[in-house]
Amino acid sequence: MEPLTPRAVSGRPIDELTLERARSGELTLDDIRIHPDTLLHQAAQADRFGNSQLAESLRRGAEMAMLGDEELMRLYEALRPGRSTAAELREIADGLAAQGMPRCAELVSEAADVYARCGLAP
Amino acid sequence: MTAPEQRSGRFRMMDAQRVNLDGFSTENPDLGLMSFSSPHDPEPGIRVRDGVVVEMDGRTVEEFDSIDHFIARHGLDLAVAPEVMAMDERELARLLVDSATPRDEVVRLTSGMTPAKIARVLAGLKPVEMQMAIMKMRVRRTPANQAHVTNRMDDPLLIAADAATAVAFGFRELETTVPVLHDAPAVAMALLIGSQVPAAGALTQCAVEEGLELKLGMRGLVSYAETVSLYGTERVFVDGDDTPWSKAFLVSGYASRGIKMRVSSGAGSEVLMGYAEGKSMGYLEARCVALARAMGAQGVQNGGIDGASVAASVPGGVRELLSENLMVMMRNLESCSGNDTLMSESDMRRTARTLPLFLAGSDFIFSGFGSVPRYDNMFGPSNFNANDLDDYLVLQRDWGVDGGLRSADEQTVLELRRKAAEATRAVYRYLGLADFSDEHLESVVTAEGSKDLAEPDSLAVLHASRVIQESGLTGLDVVRALDECGYPEEAERVLGMLRARVQGDYLQTAAIFDEQMNVLSGVTDPNDYSGPGTGYEMPAERRREIDTVRQQRSVIDLVSEQDRHALPGVLTDAGPASPGDDPREVVIGLSPALAVSLHQTLSGLTVYEVLKELAAGLEEEGCEARLVRVQATIDVGFIGLAAARLAGSGIGIGLQAKGTALIHRRDLAPLMNLELFSVAPLVTREMYRAMGINAGRHAKGSTPDPVRNAYTDEAITARYHTRVVSMVAVERAHSRPDLPPQEVRWNR
Repeated sequence: MEPLTPRAVSGRPIDELTLERARSGELTLDDIRIHPDTLLHQAAQADRFGNSQLAESLRRGAEMAMLGDEELMRLYEALRPGRSTAAELREIADGLAAQGMPRCAELVSEAADVYARCGLAP
Repeated sequence: MTAPEQRSGRFRMMDAQRVNLDGFSTENPDLGLMSFSSPHDPEPGIRVRDGVVVEMDGRTVEEFDSIDHFIARHGLDLAVAPEVMAMDERELARLLVDSATPRDEVVRLTSGMTPAKIARVLAGLKPVEMQMAIMKMRVRRTPANQAHVTNRMDDPLLIAADAATAVAFGFRELETTVPVLHDAPAVAMALLIGSQVPAAGALTQCAVEEGLELKLGMRGLVSYAETVSLYGTERVFVDGDDTPWSKAFLVSGYASRGIKMRVSSGAGSEVLMGYAEGKSMGYLEARCVALARAMGAQGVQNGGIDGASVAASVPGGVRELLSENLMVMMRNLESCSGNDTLMSESDMRRTARTLPLFLAGSDFIFSGFGSVPRYDNMFGPSNFNANDLDDYLVLQRDWGVDGGLRSADEQTVLELRRKAAEATRAVYRYLGLADFSDEHLESVVTAEGSKDLAEPDSLAVLHASRVIQESGLTGLDVVRALDECGYPEEAERVLGMLRARVQGDYLQTAAIFDEQMNVLSGVTDPNDYSGPGTGYEMPAERRREIDTVRQQRSVIDLVSEQDRHALPGVLTDAGPASPGDDPREVVIGLSPALAVSLHQTLSGLTVYEVLKELAAGLEEEGCEARLVRVQATIDVGFIGLAAARLAGSGIGIGLQAKGTALIHRRDLAPLMNLELFSVAPLVTREMYRAMGINAGRHAKGSTPDPVRNAYTDEAITARYHTRVVSMVAVERAHSRPDLPPQEVRWNR
């Protein structure tokens, strides 16, 4: 599935990002944010390039694309060393899975496992 | 008491050389002061059970640290691992170097290599073999370069002007940082504006604390990130307040905002943090690079970076730095190849550190060429800096190698600096961030660096940053402000950078934009080197850019410079010369173009001044000068001999337009002479006078003390040879082998 014209998170097609619209103040931050579908398309491209890890990261990014900035920063903070217990991380993972973010959930639940083994959780 | 040790003058001289300001360390495996192959490095190995790695590089899964866990779970192709781990390291090294082995095959094999395996393969490569491998393995076909653009004062107008300057010289990524963290938003905005003034598409970055950096990216004020640091031991990783999982999350976080990113690692950081676990730098970096691939980063900045001097302090350390870049390429990731830390006080050593990679080519040859003066580089001086730019451009031309940069003309750069500073001032004013005076703007346009600016109002930058933060200004506000202030083209280019993040194509490996906003990446512009005659070839236009350094001169340039020194009518030819009979007559033989097309000698004296001195010297000895043009030859020996044969005294002086002169006698063989000034650039007025005096004494039959040739230990031939070649060509064009010597009338 190749999107002919990528859309921003707002739904606005990329060719509507024009100077006229910027001048009139019609464009918002969501008009310059990448759409999850575009990230999935880029992930497929990365797979064809032979880098499945980059593809996976882009797919995780597709899940995160709809998250707010604050929420994203909060999750990052929770993953830093000594911030969260393994149980807290598992709870976060469950929450992500429930929000339809299985890949991010998998990453966080893996962190819960490894942090517990390696003493990175308080 | 023992007698004081004797000192050698030679050793005292050697001690005074700049290389001896550098520190050199003996190898110490316990501290990690080893380039490759520490006795504590593990044996490469892997054991897989039911699709799970249960043992890797000497540790069982129970013994894994978090880095091992991440690599084992995500970083290795377990279908390839058994095959490649069983292969001999020397055989793998040969496949890397052999241009007949396709790049893809090496990438495939590398995907199954553990860190210890890759470290051991690279430990077996000689420097030139690494260069061969790098030519084949780098991801992008077209090389590029990244600049540091910073200043001590975080002055936004200077940032913008310097950004424009860097893009004019060809840089495609610009990285800034700030001495005062809170200045970051204001500086990032100025960098964005300045970067788009000369051309579209240069990527910009503001290296600050990871959270703030991501926020700047989210608002469209920067377009890539690279200071997401990885370390080779868990302890140092955690001291850096991250884990492989938090970093992997951050990597995807950048992707989720459509922002290109790469991670940073490099030798020496674990040693500096005192926790290298006794491992070699090569092995620890192999872990970092394996982790980078495992996490899904598209590229790595390494090759020492901040720890480059640590690596360079041990035997083989500079070779280790080069091997780090190669590891990245083998993992099929973008290499942003270091060379960004001044690793030595010795010009020879720092050049030697960079040259092999420069010749082989990389996705980014520098991960920060200091495009500003050293004192303004807030990352610390780079291995090459603004004062090295001409050297670098000439190195490109010397080797016919595309190092990513190009010459820029002074007036063009001044115009671009002005436009960048004016546009930034206008945007700042329009958005209510700050106001800058005309005087300040003027000083920015012509400045070498921040030391040429008046002491700025540092609160103004802080204030601007606070307004940007609090009112949530974004890249779109910059677009609008540029457009409203009369910079529609720049507005369109900044908007283009915002559009790019919605498009997403520059998230692919090794992506840059060319100046027409085409994405060049591993996908669109893959490296296809497979031996001589393949791979990247400079397009004709690019070749011209590299060949055309601003200092180059043609014969035509030289002739027009010479014309400025002409004195028309002073010397006029007056028919064939006949032999003289006055025993006090010394003939000065002039070369074919002297005073015809060539009027200034290499020393800076005009030919008329030289003749005056020679004649005055002769007169002091009671002799008389007669001028004759010898058109049959351009050789100063034959000219002098021809003059001597026409002289009543039998003594002649030969003079070429470039200033080379000799005294000849009619009975000597052509290539003999009595006295010769061979190094024309160094001959002074007094020496020509002395030559005249000596020629007079020879004419009178005495044996004068020869005048000593001038001598210098400078690269005198490098300075003058291009002019010599041009002058000889002009002399040759005026030579007439068929003509006898001509009498020259001297209208003094």
